[in-house]
Amino acid sequence: MSIDSAPKQSWWNRISHPGQFVTWTKPLLWPLTILTAVLFVAGLWFALFNSPQDYQMGDTVRIMYVHVPNAWLSQFVYGVMAVSALGTLVWRHPMADVSMKSAAPLGALFTALALFTGALWGRPTWGTFWEWDGRMTSTLVLLLIYLGIIALWRAFDDQLRAARIIAVFTLVGAINIPIIKFSVDWWSTLHQPASVFRADGPRMPGSILTPLFVMFFAFTFLFLTLHLKAMHTEVKRRRIATLQRKAAQGAAS
Amino acid sequence: MTQRQVFPPLTLRTIGLSWGRGGMALGESLDFSVSAGRCLLLRGPNGTGKTTLLLTLAGIVIPLDGGFALEGGDEEIAQIHYCGHRNAIKPLLTVLENLEFWRAINGPTGASCAEALGTVGLLGLIDLDAGYLSAGQTRRLALARLLVSLRPVWLLDEPTAALDAAGHGLVSRLIDRHLEMGGLAIAATHDPITLAEPDRLDTLALGALV
Amino acid sequence: MLRRELALALRGGGDVLTLVLFFVIVGAIVPFAVGPDKVLLARIAPGIVWIAAFLAMLLGLERLFRPDHEDGSLVLLRQADLPLSAIIAAKMMAHWLVSAVPLILASPLLAVLLAMDLASFWRMVLSLLLGTPALAAFGAIGAAVTVSVNRGGLIAPILIAPLSIPVLIFGVGAITAEQSNAALLFLAALSLLALALAPFAAALAISSAED
Repeated sequence: MSIDSAPKQSWWNRISHPGQFVTWTKPLLWPLTILTAVLFVAGLWFALFNSPQDYQMGDTVRIMYVHVPNAWLSQFVYGVMAVSALGTLVWRHPMADVSMKSAAPLGALFTALALFTGALWGRPTWGTFWEWDGRMTSTLVLLLIYLGIIALWRAFDDQLRAARIIAVFTLVGAINIPIIKFSVDWWSTLHQPASVFRADGPRMPGSILTPLFVMFFAFTFLFLTLHLKAMHTEVKRRRIATLQRKAAQGAAS
Repeated sequence: MTQRQVFPPLTLRTIGLSWGRGGMALGESLDFSVSAGRCLLLRGPNGTGKTTLLLTLAGIVIPLDGGFALEGGDEEIAQIHYCGHRNAIKPLLTVLENLEFWRAINGPTGASCAEALGTVGLLGLIDLDAGYLSAGQTRRLALARLLVSLRPVWLLDEPTAALDAAGHGLVSRLIDRHLEMGGLAIAATHDPITLAEPDRLDTLALGALV
Repeated sequence: MLRRELALALRGGGDVLTLVLFFVIVGAIVPFAVGPDKVLLARIAPGIVWIAAFLAMLLGLERLFRPDHEDGSLVLLRQADLPLSAIIAAKMMAHWLVSAVPLILASPLLAVLLAMDLASFWRMVLSLLLGTPALAAFGAIGAAVTVSVNRGGLIAPILIAPLSIPVLIFGVGAITAEQSNAALLFLAALSLLALALAPFAAALAISSAED
């Protein structure tokens, strides 16, 4: 008679193994996708049909419902990346670097969308597509940081070794981003002494808050869904790369 | 003949060590140990991971699985001399300056620079810019680095590369002296190493594992 | 360690001169691009000087880790008795002495070419003095992160530039703004912070790089 004396693995350890992570989280994908879709439908309905026009800007204020969540996400995703970076360096969780790598393009995407919707919003409001105000400029710098990190991932042949190095850089970036924001704000007050139009509009009454919150959740779940899917893809990509290398080694010897 | 035991009795032991590069395992579940006063020869065809194994033991490459430990060693101070393919000699500095730098950085615990250069046969070139040295002479200068700072563990990757027959003899003599002082060495080499006491030599053939 | 880095750099011959030359040339071609109007030049001079300094320091970064990586010294330095962060701090100091100080000494040339006035000139020198260490620190981080990448020399500036934006902002602000003293303070604080953290971050990046 044999007794299974192996310790019961906590869920945290179970998802450490890439293969297990994929199988374990696969069932989450469809519910997440559906939830995201539902939130978007609800949010867009609220945003487009059930919220008031802004007295100043008319219908274009509705872009805010897309712009503000994107702006929030651009920073949230970097937070996810920074936590993943800590996971790689401090706790050495094997999936942490996959999370970090998958989040980067998504972060860049949302930041770019934030800038794009910001420009669309700005055109009828300020008259130009671009203003060098504190917020837009900081977002632009954030985009550059994202793109730099993506370029860094592509520069390494060995992704596992790259992970720790890029984690260091991500954390350096995390420390720097508040500094950059502060300096950019200081800089923009220097060069534009006149009070700049606040990018998130006047104080918001409740009827605007509801669609805004729904869109917040919609976009956040969009990110979570895409992130999970991207992590699965990355795991599969690495598995293929390993198999290819094994095949090459087997063929050579 | 009395033996000057300079180093404490150490053992370098691997436990189920799997090593490799880029996620690819070059060797798996290796168990061996090298005790003080012994030299392990790593043999095997190219590509079997001798260099990577040495780098892993040096702490440069992270093991894929398993581990290794230097038993009896002081955790605080650096214990390992790694001598790799590249010599880490700056051509713009003189021979003496190169060696003095490493002596200062690694700890001036061994021979003086002049003594070390004398041992490896470069004393006459002491003020020459290292860029003028031949490949063999540069290799000797790299070996001198092992002499000026005393460390118990020597990890040597092709130490006889670019050396002539006299150079081969030099490497054997250096390893002999090191083992006599109680140090241990692991050398990856295609060339024969003849020690004064051949039973201090063990051999590990790679390539049969994977 | 410092001694060796300095000796290497100085023996390296034309390098220091090349850097200074690059710095002056960047500044000198500006009038060709924007016209010799003195009022305009004086207005943008602080910015141009800082951009030129930034670019010149980026150029010098290749010498920081890559030669040691290529000849195997970096592997041995990781085994030295000194902690890697101390070694990197020494390298950064040497890099600053060799790259930034010559720039600062050459800055009067640019000031004259770009029609800068005397008061601005002294503020410029001070801001360069206080700000270039931060540039050296961020540059070291960028160089350490890309040391094991083959074409890393191209990526490093992309990584370093966003981090250096505050340095540029405060550096130029220290020359031109009414709140120039505040800017100088920020600049000094930033440099101190960067100098303190960069050696550790760079050491972590390098020790994660397998050779």
